[in-house]
Amino acid sequence: MEETTKPQATTERPASGEAAPIIRFRGVHKSFGDKVILDGLDLDVPEGQTLVIMGPSGTGKSVTLRHVIGLMQPDQGQVEVWGKDVNQIARKELVALRKRIGYLFQDGALINWLNVGDNVALPLRENSKLDEAEIREKVEHKLELVHLPGIWDRMPGELSGGMRKRVGLARALITDAELILYDEPNAGLDPEMSGSINQLIAEIADTLGITSVVVTHLQSCVRVVADRVVLLEKGRLVVDLPRDEFLASKHPRVRSFLGDDPD
Amino acid sequence: MFRAIQETSRMYGARVELLFEAVMQLHGTWRRRSQIADQLYVAGVQVTHVVLLVGLFAGMIMALQTGLYLAQLGQQDQIGVIVALSMAREMGPFITGIVLAATAGSALAAELGTMSVSDELAALEVMSVDRTNYLVMPRVVALAIACPILTIIADGIGIAGGGLVASTSLNVELQLYFITALDALKSPGDLIALPKDVYSGLLKAFVFGIIIAVISCHAGITTRGGALGVGRATRQAVRDSIITIIISNYFLTWLMYQA
Repeated sequence: MEETTKPQATTERPASGEAAPIIRFRGVHKSFGDKVILDGLDLDVPEGQTLVIMGPSGTGKSVTLRHVIGLMQPDQGQVEVWGKDVNQIARKELVALRKRIGYLFQDGALINWLNVGDNVALPLRENSKLDEAEIREKVEHKLELVHLPGIWDRMPGELSGGMRKRVGLARALITDAELILYDEPNAGLDPEMSGSINQLIAEIADTLGITSVVVTHLQSCVRVVADRVVLLEKGRLVVDLPRDEFLASKHPRVRSFLGDDPD
Repeated sequence: MFRAIQETSRMYGARVELLFEAVMQLHGTWRRRSQIADQLYVAGVQVTHVVLLVGLFAGMIMALQTGLYLAQLGQQDQIGVIVALSMAREMGPFITGIVLAATAGSALAAELGTMSVSDELAALEVMSVDRTNYLVMPRVVALAIACPILTIIADGIGIAGGGLVASTSLNVELQLYFITALDALKSPGDLIALPKDVYSGLLKAFVFGIIIAVISCHAGITTRGGALGVGRATRQAVRDSIITIIISNYFLTWLMYQA
């Protein structure tokens, strides 16, 4: 699939911190044993922006994403989403918050004994009062949105890596999420499928106006989906730039990182 | 040593907490009926042939071992009593518990462990699906039902196996064997007007089913570290289930026959 570069929109967007961000990290520290993963991370994500987090493996990209949705708690510091401290709010509020957020896991994380339709329908069956006909209609619509119509009865084991991610994305979108978190959406995919996933992420962000945070190490993904790019290293932000400035940056860490990019 | 005791205490505390959470989710039993039925099939129907085989030979071994000694005393007519009481009180629930721990318990820990390392449990959390309600409670209910049913099957086939040995190797008439065996099981308990030796065994099986389910679910959902972690969780589930079954068996026996 031919990849199209997303039009540069960063100059029209507020820079980090200028408008009330929907995600706000303040002095976030996280360690696993002696290994420091996040070391006083400060990060803002304004509404409507697609932020790409890049960085070497083990530098805390996925950990950052997991803090947003409360899957991990910081040792120190604050993570606010829509003005609420994710680690201080009551369970009920966290559940309500999570309904507004979609999360695409690296391998889709589909429940292996449920077919595609039931996987996508799961959040609605568990947490909504919609009847079965309404659920079916919504699921089919989301499957069409990710270009996978008519595969309701297929089992996760029968799907390719790219299809699993698309189904995972349909599930992330099923509650009409306002914020989508993508954890390595291109991992394990061939270049063609990877490009197709990039296009889909950009398409969803543009057509639905969803705020997105994408963790990746691929330059091709940055070109297609990003409004803004941050480079994480040793649990800290070392670069925070609009996409085109990032790609043209002469910062030694950016050049070194992009130079190693297999793409 | 102190750290090992501390770690074991912490782990059993977490398991008791998980059991409590599962009990608090019992109101959702009807909603989860299809998952409970699926688990009953896995932990019940698919394990029946193993219980039949092990139960049969357990009864035969018991009849042969005790029968040879009783024959020396000229008391081989009592073999039915010994086999029936041993199977109903101890051997039936015990061997069913061990078989279930090794088959259903290990499968359960591996299944949930794989879900844990492949982010499926995290996905449930993100979707605000309560994992205790969705995964643990149906499995606890299924094993609490399956274990007593399988124990009845083990008891029956064990007593039948004992009869086979008694009639072929010990010259005990088959009819006499079954009459003495059934008579031995008829004495009612103090609390319930049912044969005490049968219901005490079934009560043990009920507890063993819950123990296996809770320990295996806990091992599964706390799995970390990829395929190696899944293997570790499975081993831990089977080991701890068997140890806990044996220890709890002593206390249940003491409670029902000594206290």
